[in-house]
Amino acid sequence: MDTTLQKKPIDEVIAKHPPQREHLISILQEVQGEYGYLSKDSINRISIYLKLPSSKIFGVTTFYNQFKLKAPGRIQIQICRGTACHVKGSLDLLDALKTQLGIDVGETTKDGLFSLETVACLGCCSIAPAMMVNGKFFGRLDKKMIEELIDGFCAAGRVEE
Amino acid sequence: MSKVFIGMGTCGLATGAGKVKSAVEKWAAARNVAMEITPTGCIGYCKAEPIMDVVTGSGHRVSFSNVTPDVAGFILDEVFVRKNLKLDGLLGQFRNGKAPLPNIPLIEDHPYFRKQVKYVLRNCGVIDPESIADYRAHGGLKGLERALGMTSAEVIAEITRSGLRGRGGGGFPAGKKWELALASKNEKKYVICNADEGDPGAFMDRSILEGDTYAVLEGMMIAGCAIGANEGIIYCRAEYPLAIERIGKAIGVLKAEGLLEKPIGPRGFQFALRIKMGAGAFVCGEETALMASVEGRRGMPRPRPPFPSVSGLFQKPTIINNVETMANASHIMREGAESYAAMGTQSSKGTKVFALTGKVVNAGLVEVPMGITLREIVFDIGGGIPNGKAFKAVQIGGPSGGCIPAEHLDTKVDYESLKSVGAIMGSGGLVVMDEDTCMVDMARYFLSFITNESCGKCIPCREGTQRLYEILDSIVSPYSKMKSEEDNLLRFNRVLNMESLAQVIRDTSLCGLGQTAPNPVLSTLRFFRSEYEAHIYDRKCPAHQCKGLLKYEIDTNACTGCTLCAKKCPTQAIVGEKKKAHYIVDEKCIRCGTCRDVCRFSAVAVS
Repeated sequence: MDTTLQKKPIDEVIAKHPPQREHLISILQEVQGEYGYLSKDSINRISIYLKLPSSKIFGVTTFYNQFKLKAPGRIQIQICRGTACHVKGSLDLLDALKTQLGIDVGETTKDGLFSLETVACLGCCSIAPAMMVNGKFFGRLDKKMIEELIDGFCAAGRVEE
Repeated sequence: MSKVFIGMGTCGLATGAGKVKSAVEKWAAARNVAMEITPTGCIGYCKAEPIMDVVTGSGHRVSFSNVTPDVAGFILDEVFVRKNLKLDGLLGQFRNGKAPLPNIPLIEDHPYFRKQVKYVLRNCGVIDPESIADYRAHGGLKGLERALGMTSAEVIAEITRSGLRGRGGGGFPAGKKWELALASKNEKKYVICNADEGDPGAFMDRSILEGDTYAVLEGMMIAGCAIGANEGIIYCRAEYPLAIERIGKAIGVLKAEGLLEKPIGPRGFQFALRIKMGAGAFVCGEETALMASVEGRRGMPRPRPPFPSVSGLFQKPTIINNVETMANASHIMREGAESYAAMGTQSSKGTKVFALTGKVVNAGLVEVPMGITLREIVFDIGGGIPNGKAFKAVQIGGPSGGCIPAEHLDTKVDYESLKSVGAIMGSGGLVVMDEDTCMVDMARYFLSFITNESCGKCIPCREGTQRLYEILDSIVSPYSKMKSEEDNLLRFNRVLNMESLAQVIRDTSLCGLGQTAPNPVLSTLRFFRSEYEAHIYDRKCPAHQCKGLLKYEIDTNACTGCTLCAKKCPTQAIVGEKKKAHYIVDEKCIRCGTCRDVCRFSAVAVS
């Protein structure tokens, strides 16, 4: 475990918040926002800053769905598995995505381009089935649209603004 | 100056409102017209998004639906150049204090809006949610002003008189909750607004936060003023980036206006507001779990009492109210308790916002007075079921709620009536299901959700829901998946214990999540027992949804041997020679349905 007290760039991100436990989740969100995921090292740095055992921090990160302990793909696909989306066939869409990308939920493609996740509800139930790709919403989807969208992302290597 | 309003909530943006905005800007630039484009929240008629309102030369605001970027320019040409308003997609005109235009319908007379009463949603889709001036022009902050001039007891009495009950699902009287917090003596008290709208199938809180941000914050300030709190926290889920952005901006504006962090009003009320982002845990909608999360811990509930109004966040007296409750409070304080109490039924006053989704023609947000029937919501407002299918059930209250079948469609919407048919009001998600929805699959879906979201603290919820899920899973598994005959007997044995297990989970779980977790199973068992029996005894899914019980077959007479299905099959389960009929190898088939989708001769049948 790296417990050196030497300053690192990550410490600046952490120090935006006061060193109290109540700010732990905000700190984790900030670090994940900056680096895409929470590495072992960053958890240790937060542990030093908050004077809180890293096991406690690990407990928090594994409790909440938002936190990732592995680096995600450059294009993060979150498909909604809410009730309205389920009724409108989001399970079939998820299967189609799995087949097309060749990965399971929670995995990243070998080239590091795509990662696939499910979310409980995106709150876009009126345009179900829906998914969010890098923060951008797509609604009223069907298998064909998914296929075209993924092909488009593959060709561009990113999500169009 | 020409004026245009575009609905730019999350649903509007997802259907292309951003492109419509650029099209309008382009149109204005090309014609050298000064154009004021105001982005609004969602008016609730999501099926018709993107929605654009155009203010005519005479100052009338006219709304158009399904505005694609290509039609936007055409509409503007028609309205401003040719002065013609009777276009495709015309929703109607707003009643904005002017004599209405002749021959143009009022938007409130549109079939979707006719039976609705816009109380808490009044500003959504109408005002610019980021402009405090616009909010003030629509009566904003008057409620706070009034509350500041009253004593705490008077404010609470007003809320109590209105009959407002918690809109997050529990239905606890808001006035009573505030009274308890007022009675707890402590110099530090908290107001928390629960915007962790985790119920899959509900999005009214998102819409209110995005469309009428200030009303929620004003409600929180009124609550703070009523119980003597000086700090407010709005706990918003991270999946709502637009709402978080708008709340952040609104808090900044309120600070700049001198309404926050400075003494205001005759009693020197001082209040600070901050936003706390949730991190994706359904159980954090439970109040004690939410507080644990705000304190930076795992969001696990704790037993009550002590109730939060006595010992809440950091052991200080705290009130936690839902977004819709807070927004209602600000309108009630402005317009008085009487007009609110005049709506609704004896025990449930006012209005309720429902997220009407699923297999329904007009999906969207509807606000209706309490006491309206489900039939009116689904058929009169929602326009019924699309594609001529038959109505099967409506699921109300999310994973804690229940399914209400056709014979109970005339149930009145209020807290007590819904309970009597085995459902709950919940946060107000209404998911409509048609004949193609399998009720066993629905129950299994909700349980898989609960097993993922159970925090793991108490055993009935952690282990019980998992076992219940396994039972449902074995019901939808084919005979071929059974490892031995003993497995098969075990399946029946489990089925026999399903109901008693559900009751144990309900009676012994620690928090609301576990206590209500078996509801989807109990309510579908109550009304759709025959569907369960078809799955258990016949191993058939009447709605053709449970993949394990389906069998895909190729009609050898219809098959032309084009080989398309064999090429597309992800598991190479289809065999056959070119130009000769193909066959599906059942053991290899994963029931993905690809062959049926690609077949051009409708030769693939499902049974």
